[in-house]
Amino acid sequence: MTILGAAQNAGVVIPTVCHHEKLQPFGGCRLCTVEADAGGRTTLVAACVYPVQNDLVVRTRSEQIDKIRKVLTEQLLAYAPESEVLKNLALEYHADKDRFPKEPSFCILCGLCVRYCAEIKQKNAVGFVDRGPNREISFIPEVAAVECWDCKECFRLCPTSALQAAFVLMRSLTSSVSPAKSAAKNGNQTIAAVERHRHRGSPVASDGNGTLLQTTAKG
Amino acid sequence: MAMINSPAELERHRQDILSKRNPGATRISICAGAGCLATGAGKIIAAFGQEVEKQGLQCDTHIKGTGCPGFCERGPVVVIEPDDICYLQVTPNDVPEIVSRTIKEKKLVDRLLYVDPDSGEKAVREADIPFYKNQARNIIGNNIKIDPKCIEDYLALGGYSALAKVLFQMTPEQVVEEIKKSKLRGRGGGGFPTGIKWEAARNAPADVKYVIVNADEGDPGAFMDRAVLEGNPHSILEGLIIGAYAIGSHEGYIYVRQEYPLALENVGIAIKQAVEHGLLGANILGSGFDFNVKVHRGAGAFVCGEETALLLSLEGKPGEPRARPPYPATKGLWGRPTNINNVETWANVPLIVNNGADWFSQFGTEKSKGTKIFSLVGKIKNTGLVEIPMGVTLRDIIYKIGDGIPGGKKFKAVQTGGPAGGCIPAAHLDIAVDFDELTKAGAIMGSGGMIVMDEDTCMVDVARYFLNFLSEESCGKCSPCREGVKRMHQILTNITEGQGKEGDIELLEELALSTRSASLCALGRSAPNPVLSTLRYFRDEYETHIRDKRCPSHSCKELVSYYIDPDRCGACRICPRECTSGAIIGDKNLIHVIDQALCNKCGTCFEICPSRFGAVIRISGEPVPAPIPEEMRIIVRKKNPKREKQDVGNLVTN
Repeated sequence: MTILGAAQNAGVVIPTVCHHEKLQPFGGCRLCTVEADAGGRTTLVAACVYPVQNDLVVRTRSEQIDKIRKVLTEQLLAYAPESEVLKNLALEYHADKDRFPKEPSFCILCGLCVRYCAEIKQKNAVGFVDRGPNREISFIPEVAAVECWDCKECFRLCPTSALQAAFVLMRSLTSSVSPAKSAAKNGNQTIAAVERHRHRGSPVASDGNGTLLQTTAKG
Repeated sequence: MAMINSPAELERHRQDILSKRNPGATRISICAGAGCLATGAGKIIAAFGQEVEKQGLQCDTHIKGTGCPGFCERGPVVVIEPDDICYLQVTPNDVPEIVSRTIKEKKLVDRLLYVDPDSGEKAVREADIPFYKNQARNIIGNNIKIDPKCIEDYLALGGYSALAKVLFQMTPEQVVEEIKKSKLRGRGGGGFPTGIKWEAARNAPADVKYVIVNADEGDPGAFMDRAVLEGNPHSILEGLIIGAYAIGSHEGYIYVRQEYPLALENVGIAIKQAVEHGLLGANILGSGFDFNVKVHRGAGAFVCGEETALLLSLEGKPGEPRARPPYPATKGLWGRPTNINNVETWANVPLIVNNGADWFSQFGTEKSKGTKIFSLVGKIKNTGLVEIPMGVTLRDIIYKIGDGIPGGKKFKAVQTGGPAGGCIPAAHLDIAVDFDELTKAGAIMGSGGMIVMDEDTCMVDVARYFLNFLSEESCGKCSPCREGVKRMHQILTNITEGQGKEGDIELLEELALSTRSASLCALGRSAPNPVLSTLRYFRDEYETHIRDKRCPSHSCKELVSYYIDPDRCGACRICPRECTSGAIIGDKNLIHVIDQALCNKCGTCFEICPSRFGAVIRISGEPVPAPIPEEMRIIVRKKNPKREKQDVGNLVTN
């Protein structure tokens, strides 16, 4: 049992972005940071991964915690300023969405799609590539071309409205392993349309329903 | 080699090795650590071989390449026993003279000895050189006596006797107690009590347990672990086997970074030799205890020095830290109890077992016992590895051992603890170096990096440099570290480029708080240290950069300008010739002028302008004086009237 689990059982709200009940705890977004007192020592821990123990006293809100959540929200808003999840957090913690220069990649690297595909679907069609500030998610074209069209379950997990997952999937599929063939097989019009846009140099994404959306790529 | 099956056989074997050694024979030890090899130690070893043979001395002379003794500034180092004569900065050309004078005639080659820069006195033996004299070299002191590729050298010095003692005279619990009693703390940076860590792994219920050597030393400018791995690999192996016995583990790993090829080679050889001698593998020394060890090469990620990332990397997964608890002591490699210690921690273990916990804890301060190796680098006269008892002051390390700052410059700060460490200014030089005092001063012990900076170093730029390193090395898993370090780096870059604005310092402090408090692992939690420590001691430098667009140390490229003082310029034509961007206009007898639009601020003109002129001036935060009008640039020489006429004539015709 983690602090987050215990809090949820008790009806105490701790904000999360990267947490999902079906998935293993990740501890990536750190918005669930709380103050934990054990044996007289107060430490800041991530509620989603920290195990509960006897006599552990947890504070879920404090001036310090709010300050941290505010900055963390502001940092993520630079990538996905229109995300509903982040906008709600901004309201709660008085975060300024314009605090940092915008880099709208729409991906905040919560890893929900990556972990869902690995843990639940066990397909590993999408993964993290590179590290540090260059980290991004990427679909593995060889796997995605076979697995993704009939699934797309990760799209609706995305806290930044599925745009990033859809876009990255498109890009992977249209830039290698004969996408035309797989498009023809699935009778999917979107791929062919994306392919045309790609040749015109315009970054394009799909919302998963065949509708094309204009967006900006990261990097 | 026959297997050694008991402590008595080990002792007999040691006596055998010693009896074959003629105490009167000459032994030439040449440092063959990575640093000295790079400056030609390999050629020196070969030259000694040829010369000794040429002069017919091969019967009574032994030549060996050894581990690094630490005086890298003056390498390659050669030590000649039995008289312990220490020659510095030896080249292959010196070898014939050393052989004929020192080895044949027993006389000194004066020019290769250490000369005290103050008194002018020469030091003959290693122990007389101030650099060594002020150290306590419990661990690296043996490096120069050992050929790391030869187990006999280690055995001759009493090697593996601690292992024999542990296996036959001590219970695992007694070993853990002894380590606890010694108060040894982890040398990798955390400073966690080693004995308590061992006890936790020992008490964790499981059939299979692992012990691991963390040799993923990645701090820029740090090479303590490399020197021990390359120079005395058996000491680490012996410590590891003792630890395995204490914890109840039969399998271990040495995680060495790929960038240390010589360390990998020497460790590989050491393992092979230990197995051949029955000191590793099944039924060690006939005790019934089995232990095997494998070497794993790290692929180059700094964050893999963090223990949970190291474990995942060993399992073949991406090297990203995971949350603790559970700690590796209960749930480590493949979910089994695992004990990870740093190279230097393991190397201390045989010393504690042989000499006792009381001997060990006589070194150091109340809460930090023993010695610690530091790599002393940067703006310091004696660059090298320094092993001191904990509690020696920074001032003694820098001035007594390091001999101060070169070039008559003033000391500004010392950065301890690697990239995520902190900068300590001159006012705090008298703090005693141990885990707690460094932390109080806003820095950390880390694994022992120590970078000295002089007055020409800009502290904002130093913070920017380290944040750049940490940003690139962040794994990117958790957002406070990935985003916080990236944003801090962006702000610092802006400040050093003259784009800083009001509020930047406060924003840095806010980002530092969230990164330090909310990050997943020690990398993120310590990453704000360079920013916070420089803000604590050098806040005025930040303010000057932001408000006046001026770099007080004249170091930030975007904030400095170079111009040539027309009254001092000797029109020597050196700077126009060397200018990397063709920005200097000038000719013979024509005062040189820098075209500010073309200048790329490389500083070459500033460095090469002859000191008799000193005409190139570096300024920051003030406007560049207008160039003097062309008609006033002609220099009329007075010294030689005949030449002056001719020169002026030339100019006119031009």
